[in-house]
Formats: sequence, C-alpha cells, structure tokens
Amino acid sequence: MTSNKRDFLKSIWDFFCSLKLTMFLLISLALISIIGTVVPQGIPPQEYIAQISPAKLKLYRALGFFDMYHSWWFVLLLYLLTVNLIACSIKRLPAIWKVVTQPVTVLSDGLERSLANLATIKSSVEPAALKGRVAAFMQDEFAAPVVTEVDGTWHLFAQKTPWCRLSVYLVHLSVIIIFIGAMIGSLFGFKGFVNIPEGERVSKVMLRSEKEMDLGFSLRLDQFTVTNYPSGAPKEFKSILTVFENGQPVPDYTNARVIVNDPLTYKGITFYQSSYGNAGNYYFTVNNIDGKNPVTLAIAGQSSVNLPDGSSMHVLEATDDIAQFTSGLTGPAAQVEVHTADGRTESFVVYANHPELNLQHAQQHGAGPVINYKGAEKRMYTGLQVARDPGVEVVWLGCLVMMLGIYVAFFMSHRRIWVRIQDGTVTVGGNASKNQGAFQQLFETLVKRLETELSREKTL
Amino acid sequence: MTSSLLFNITTFAYLASMLLFFVFLAARAKAVGSAAMIAAYFGLLAQTLAIALRWKESYDMGVGHAPLSNLYESVVFFSWTIVLIYALLDVKYKYRVIGAFVMPFAMLGMSWAQLGMDNSIEPLVPALQSNWLLYHVITCFLGYAAFAVACGISIMYLIKAGHEESADRSAGNALLTMFPPIKVLDDLNYRAIMIGFPLLTLGIITGAAWANYAWGTYWSWDPKETWSLIVWFVYAAFLHARITKGWVGRRAAWLSIIGFAATIFCYLGVNLLLSGLHSYGGK
Repeated sequence: MTSNKRDFLKSIWDFFCSLKLTMFLLISLALISIIGTVVPQGIPPQEYIAQISPAKLKLYRALGFFDMYHSWWFVLLLYLLTVNLIACSIKRLPAIWKVVTQPVTVLSDGLERSLANLATIKSSVEPAALKGRVAAFMQDEFAAPVVTEVDGTWHLFAQKTPWCRLSVYLVHLSVIIIFIGAMIGSLFGFKGFVNIPEGERVSKVMLRSEKEMDLGFSLRLDQFTVTNYPSGAPKEFKSILTVFENGQPVPDYTNARVIVNDPLTYKGITFYQSSYGNAGNYYFTVNNIDGKNPVTLAIAGQSSVNLPDGSSMHVLEATDDIAQFTSGLTGPAAQVEVHTADGRTESFVVYANHPELNLQHAQQHGAGPVINYKGAEKRMYTGLQVARDPGVEVVWLGCLVMMLGIYVAFFMSHRRIWVRIQDGTVTVGGNASKNQGAFQQLFETLVKRLETELSREKTL
Repeated sequence: MTSSLLFNITTFAYLASMLLFFVFLAARAKAVGSAAMIAAYFGLLAQTLAIALRWKESYDMGVGHAPLSNLYESVVFFSWTIVLIYALLDVKYKYRVIGAFVMPFAMLGMSWAQLGMDNSIEPLVPALQSNWLLYHVITCFLGYAAFAVACGISIMYLIKAGHEESADRSAGNALLTMFPPIKVLDDLNYRAIMIGFPLLTLGIITGAAWANYAWGTYWSWDPKETWSLIVWFVYAAFLHARITKGWVGRRAAWLSIIGFAATIFCYLGVNLLLSGLHSYGGK
C-alpha cells in the first residue's frame, strides 16, 4: 500500500518534472492566448454583441472569454508552468551543482573516452618537472589548475566559468520574480481614470473595478491645449495641473505639465495624459417660427436637451468660423442632431451670423422651432489614467535577471581541460558546455602551444 | 541623391541578389554565389545610406525623428535588419547558399514598401514622441530579422531532411548538394534563434517599460503585446525542444517556421486585422 502510494507520488513528481509538460504548456499558452486577441477583452462593445448570436455570447461569457487572461483556466496554465519550472529546477539542480562545486579533477580512462577533444604529447622529461611546466602553462594560457597525484601519475585540471551552468536557473527564477511583481501590483496597486474639466478640482478617481477611490489630495486642471502640425495632425496634448493638499497648492506641483510620454507623479500615484474633450457649454436660442417664445439653451459637451416642441437635440460638431468649411458664410456654426417627438432624426447646421438660414431651414422642415447658434464656451476637459503599482520595481528586477540569465545561458560556456602525465606521455582532454566549434579551436591552439613549449624545454 | 532613389536602388540590388542566389543553387558556380553576395552587400550599403538620409531629410523638413514611425518605415527597417543578420551569419559561418532562402524575405519587404506604400515623411504623433521608440523598435526588429533567417534555414532543413529520408535519392540531388549538412543547418537554426530570442525578450521588456512610462501599465494584454508573448512562447518551446526527447530535428525546424509565422502575424497581422495600441499599420 505504502509502496503504491509512493509510486503514485513519484509519478506525479515525474509528471511535473517532465520537459514534455513544459513543451505542452508553452504551446498551449501560445495557442490559447490567441483567443483574447480575437475576442474583445473587457465589456464587449455593442457592435460586437450584434455580430454574434445570443447563444455564442452566453457561451463566451460562461467560459470567461471577455476577460480570458484572468480566467481560472488561463491562470491555472500559468501556475502549472511555474510549478513545472520549479520542479524541473529542483530535479536537475543537485547534479549540476555537483558539476560546478565538485569538479572531477582526475582524468580517468572512462572520462577520457567521453571527451570530444583529446590529444597526446610525448615527452622524455621527468614527470614531476613536466607537471610543473604544464601547470605553469595552464595558469598562463587558460586557468589555474588543480594538481592531483594518483599512484605516480599526475593529473591537472582547470576550468573557466563553471557557474554559467546555473544561468538556466537564473532565467527560471526571473519568471517567478516577474510573477511575484505582477501579484504585488494587483494586490497593493490600483489603476483608474479621471476626467477633469478646466478650472475644476477633483479628489476622487474611478477605478477599473468601477469603484471610486479617494486620492487623499486633490488635483486641478488649469488648462488643456492641443497643438497641431501644419498638416493638421496632432503634435501635442498638454494638461497643466496643480496638486492641492488640504486646500493649499503644493509648491513643486503647481502648474505642472503633463503630456503624452511625460506623466506626473505625486505621492507614488502617477497621472498619464490619455484623452481629452470639450467640457464647455454650447449656447442656442430657440423660438417659434414667428419669432415668439424665445428660449435660451445651454448644452454641455456631449449631452442632449429637450426643445420646447418635445424633440431633443445634441451637438455633433461645432466651429468658431464656418468660413473654412463653407465659403460666403462667416462666424460660429454648429452641426446638431435633432430627434423629433414623432421619431425622426435630422442633422443640420445652425449659424450665429446667419439667422435667415436658420429660419429658412425651419420653414422647409414642417414649421418646427427656429434654432439659432450663439457660440460655445471655450472649456476643455482632460482624461488622465491614474495608476500606482508598487510591484513594478520587482518586475524590472525580474526582467534584468532574465536578460542576464539569457545572456550567460546563450553566450558563455563552462570550459574544462584535463591533463594526465604518465610514463612520458602527456594526455590532454577537454570539453565545453556550449559552442563546441569555438572550444575545439581553442583546444587545438592550446595543445599546439603546449607542444612547442614542452619541446623547447627539451632542447634546453 | 534622395533617400527615395536609394531605396529603389536597394530594391533592385536585393532582387538581383535573390535571382543570382537562385542561379547559384542551380548552376553551383562559386562566382555566381559571390556575385549574389556582393549584390546583397551593395544593397545593404545603399539601404544604410538611404535610412540615414531619410533621417536627415526629416530634420530638414523640421519634423526630425528616426525613420521608424510608420508601416512604410518599419517594413524598410525590417528588410535592412534581415540582410544585416544574414550578412553577420555569412561573415561568421560562410554558408552562402542560405541567401537563396533569406534574401527573398528582404526583397519582398522592399518591393512591398516601394510599390505599395506611401513613403512621405510624416511628423511624429504624440504617442510616439519618446526615446523608447528607438530602443523598442530596433530590438524588436533585429529579433524579428533573426527569426526570418532561422525560418529560411529551417525550410532548408526540412527540404534536405525530407530528401535524405525518402527512398528516391537521385532526384533533385544536384540542387541539394549545395545545402549544408542537416546537422549544420540545425545548428545554424539554433544560432539564429540564439540571436533572436534575447533581442525579442529585450524588445518586449523595452515595450513594457515604455508602456509603463506612457500609460502606467507595463502589460495590458493588448493584441500586440499578447502576440509578442505568443511568439516568445513558441521560441521558448523551440529552445526547450532541443533538450527534449522526440522533439529534436524536424519538430524543432517546424517550431522555428511556426515561430516566424507568428512573428509576421505579430508584426503585420495585428495591425492590419486586429485593433489595439499599435495603430501605425491601420493607415
């Protein structure tokens, strides 16, 4: 029974240690990740919902496709990968640790047969003296050797960068460090959003979880500007912000500039330029077709208002000077959309300097109200992303460790050279953990030089 | 001399190089191989000058920025990095024939850019006004280019390995004698990915650093980010395949080809077919 249990545990352990599992997980993660790049993430937009059948929508919801990178099955795969790489590391570490810390210093026959690079040099010099010369040569040309004597035979062993064999563990460790950093961020950090109209102060931001959060200080938008290139393409979106603590502006955070790619950080909370829009009112007067019952209307930004006849109106677009769009006309104009009480939708332009055109439009469209545009208030709002992530340094540490590990793993190799001096024969062997071609060249050069070195000694 | 003219010269040089490599494969004349390589080096030189000149031209126009800001510029840069990585492999390992399988990628890129795209220099939109643009784009594209070279080598591997396994050894043999042995191809594939993988990793990290700096999130599962991670997973699988029983050789070559297909999707497919933060391809 206990042996069965042990077998069972061992088979589980072997399962988690297997590289086949690694292959399976990496390929599965690659394939599954595709879903979230095709299905929109977050709250699905109306157009998307209209595209797919209700049954499909229900299925996708149930499977968590709209937030798949946080779904239990995706996170499970990430956990499995973590367990897999930890298990693999634990299983293979002792053997590699031994290679690094307890090198084989004696060139036995068995070891000799396993080496890819071998050479022999004949010498009549007395072994003990030969040993000294070879040791000095290795010290100068490669690395300081360990000298061992076994039954009158001298063995010399030298190695370079044995620790680079541990680099793979560094890469594996880095993945875990990055995961830890991400977890710290999701547990102790937050991500949110705030819109501030010019001149207003806010102290709360809306979190991604749709909860409000108090900042503990307040932030005022002094000004928002958009600068364009001559071609009309946007050049700069700029918010000028002032931080307030207990109602007082904070000295170094007064009129602070925030543009895209240049955020503002205060007390660990960072504000990023993200969007903008018009927060000012559009003004209209509306009267009957005979000029009676004039009413003044103010429409804020994107919102809509009811007209006296029961229809509703909102502004699509507005300009300070219609001349650049329609020649012959001047002054401010607004493109409005009116939803009439009987369900029709009309979109048309109303003017500030051309009341006759506004009247004409009303006359042509069923004697409805005459709408005159009076201009817009210049007032922008800025949209800022707000974030605090205490895990980000940990993530960068993980990235650094990963790059270091990958560099060492790919471009450094553990090189070993053994020399045996026995009965006037010097046997040289060597191997490298990587880049065999380069090591072979190095080995051949070293052997050639050692040969010259020893023959020169002989003639002396 | 304008950068536009130099880019046209580059395109013709790469076309000539590709055709010469095909002749080299068929005729097995060493001189043709050298001529193909010279054409490739000439194209690389012309393109290097052209990129530098375009950079300067943007400053002359008063909108100075590195020529890495839109789809046209990125395709041109991609071609340049492919030939650069191939040239480095040629200098180091001297397996000329690989050019027949790598130069087509560079030639296709340049032809597409020159014939099918608007090459006017545009000022930088606010989102791209950062030094991170340079680090991020250069590391990513050098990585992509190394994967393109690895893909070419893998195709050669599969052709050669398929032929060695088939019973009929006579057909097409002449062509294949030009190919390096499959062991060498397998090794070169690994070496190319050894260049590409660290660069892709660095590209993803610089992208994450930039995203964190500009938007406050180093990772938001944007389609581009996700696809770069998919590519990373595929090549991580490739690297582990080499030490996994049953995955060496053919399957590793297939992983390298699939990896490059994913790379191309990450680079172009995401921009042209999906929506997200990297919108330069949409225009």
